[in-house]
Amino acid sequence: MGALLEVRNLRTHFFSRAGVVRAVDDVSFSLGRGEILGLVGESGCGKSVSSLSIMRLVDRPGRIVAGEILFEERDLLQLAKEEMRRLRGSRLAMIFQEPTSSMNPVFTTGSQIAEAILVHERVSRKAARERVLRLMQLVGIPDPERRFRQFPHQFSGGMLQRMMVAMALACNPSVLIADEPVTALDVTIQAQILDLIKELRDRTGASILLITHDMGVVAETCDRVAVMYLGKIVETAALEPLFEAPRHPYTVGLFASIPRLEETVEWLQPIPGTVPSPLDLPAGCRFRNRCPHALPICAEAEPPTLEVAPGHRVACFLYEAGGRA
Amino acid sequence: MKLLRRLPRIVWAFARDYKLGAVGGALVLLFLAVALLAPQLAPYDPDTISLRESLAGPSPRHLLGQDNQGRDLLSRIIFGARMSLYISMSAIGMGALFGVVLGMLAAYYRRLDMPIMRLMDVVLAFPGIIVALTTIAILGRSVNNVVIAIGIYHIPQFARLVHGLTLSIKETIFVEGAVASGESDCSILTRYILPNCLAPIIVQTSLLIPGAIMTAATLSFLGLGVPPPTAEWGSMLQNSLQWAQMAPHVMIMPGLALMLAVFGFNVLGDELRDAMDPRLKKR
Repeated sequence: MGALLEVRNLRTHFFSRAGVVRAVDDVSFSLGRGEILGLVGESGCGKSVSSLSIMRLVDRPGRIVAGEILFEERDLLQLAKEEMRRLRGSRLAMIFQEPTSSMNPVFTTGSQIAEAILVHERVSRKAARERVLRLMQLVGIPDPERRFRQFPHQFSGGMLQRMMVAMALACNPSVLIADEPVTALDVTIQAQILDLIKELRDRTGASILLITHDMGVVAETCDRVAVMYLGKIVETAALEPLFEAPRHPYTVGLFASIPRLEETVEWLQPIPGTVPSPLDLPAGCRFRNRCPHALPICAEAEPPTLEVAPGHRVACFLYEAGGRA
Repeated sequence: MKLLRRLPRIVWAFARDYKLGAVGGALVLLFLAVALLAPQLAPYDPDTISLRESLAGPSPRHLLGQDNQGRDLLSRIIFGARMSLYISMSAIGMGALFGVVLGMLAAYYRRLDMPIMRLMDVVLAFPGIIVALTTIAILGRSVNNVVIAIGIYHIPQFARLVHGLTLSIKETIFVEGAVASGESDCSILTRYILPNCLAPIIVQTSLLIPGAIMTAATLSFLGLGVPPPTAEWGSMLQNSLQWAQMAPHVMIMPGLALMLAVFGFNVLGDELRDAMDPRLKKR
C-alpha cells in the first residue's frame, strides 16, 4: 500500500552548548490513507520533535540533519520555503496541546479560522465565513453564529480545542498532526474530542498522526502504534497485537506500569532506573541499562529493527535468535 | 470598526475606574481642543506687538497679561499649545513608527537583531537633549527639524519595547500555530505580533509625550528650538527670564501651561498602563 506520508531515517538534532542532543535519531514510520497512527512515548522521547520536523517547524538550535519525509511521493525536506508554507495548513494541518494559548487573543475565534481559509484559497470573506460556520457545526459547537464573534478567552478549553480542530480542518488537509490534543483537557472532554477526531477521520478520510503519552488515548483512537524511546522507535504494530503481546522490553515495561481494573496487584511494576541524559546516551541500545533482558551484545551495537510478525516491528536483539521478552 | 463602536463604552469604563486618569485625559483633551481651535479661541493675534502695554499685568482685556512687547499672553499660550502638541506628537509618532518596525524586524529575524539593536543602543547611550542638540546643529533651526531631532531619540525607546515583546510573542503557541497553518511572515508580523504589542505601545506613547513636550521647550529655551517670533512655551519662558522680577506673570503663565500639559499626559499614561496591564487591573 502506498503510504500517504512516509518518514524515512529522520534525524533531528539540537546543537546546544552542552553538546548535541539527538532528539530524533533515525526514525522511520509511515502513515496510510485514512489511518490513525499513535506515536507514544514519555516526555522528551522526541515525539513532538518528530511531528514538528514533518511540518518543518523545528527552530534553532534544532536542525533536521538527515532523512526524507515523503508526502504524496514528494520529499518535504527538499521543498522551497514558499512551497512548504503553502502546504502547511492546507494539506498538512496541526493541532497543539494547549487550546487556550493556541489562538491569537486579540481577534475573534471565527475570524481566525476564516483567516486560515483565506491564506490558502481565493474565496470571498463571506464564503469563508459560511464555511467556518459549517465547520463549527461539524465539530459540535452550539450556536456557531454567536460563537463566531467571540474571543478565545470567552471559550472553555474543550470548546476551544473543538475550534482548533475546526481550524485544522478548514482546508480539508490530508494529514492532520495532533500533538497531545487532549492532554490539557479533563477526562470527559478528552473522550469527546477523541470521538470527534475519529468521526472526522471517517467522514473526511484524513490521515491522523496522534502524538500522546497516554496509552488509554491510544487504545481508544488509533489503528496502529509506534512506541518511541529516546529518539528512536522501538516498536511498531497494529493496535491489538501491541496491546496483547508487546515485544520490546520497554513496551512491556510500560504496560506493566499501568494499573488494570481486572487485576489486583499490590505494587505496580515500574521500569527500573531513570531515562539517561540525552547528552550522554549509552552506546548500543539506549534502553539497555534499564532493560531486564539486556544481553552483552546490547552494549556493543544498535539493535536492528526486526519484523517479528507481519506489520509488527521491534528494534531489539532479543528477537534475532527468536527469543521472547 | 467594531472597536470604534465600542470606544465610547471603553472610555466611560476607564473614566469610572480610574478617576485620576480621567482628569489627565480631560486635560489632554482640553489641550488638544485648544491646539486645534487656536485661531478661533485666541482673543488676539499672538504676534501683534503693543509696546505701550509692555509687561502689563492681567486685566479684563488681556486675561493673563502681556509680555515685554505687549503681546497677549493668553493668545501666545494658546498658539504655544498648538506648537508644543504638534512637535511632541509628531516626534513620538515618528519614534513609534520607526521604532516599532525596527524592533519587530530585529526580534523576528535573528540576523537583523545584532545590527539594529546595537545601533539603538548607540543612540540610547547619549542623553536625549544631546542627541536633539546635535541634530538641530546639523539640520538647522525649524519646526520640523525639532520634530526630527526629538523623534530620532525616541526610536530606540520604542524599538527596545517592541523588540522584547516580539521576542516573547514569537514563542507563543498561537504564533507557532499560525506558522503551522501557512501564514506568511508579513501577516504574522501584522496580524499576530503587532496587535498583541499594541497596549504597551499606546501606554509608552502617552508616557513619552510629556518628555517630548519638555524636550521641545528645553530646545527653545536654549535658543535652538522653534525660531522666534513663533509662540512656543519654551521660548516664552526664555524670554520672560529678564523680566521675571518685574513681571512674574510673564514667566508663570507659560510655565503653568507647560506643567499642566505634562501633568495631564503623565497621569493619563500612568493610569492607562494600569488599565491595560491585566496584572494591574482593578476589578
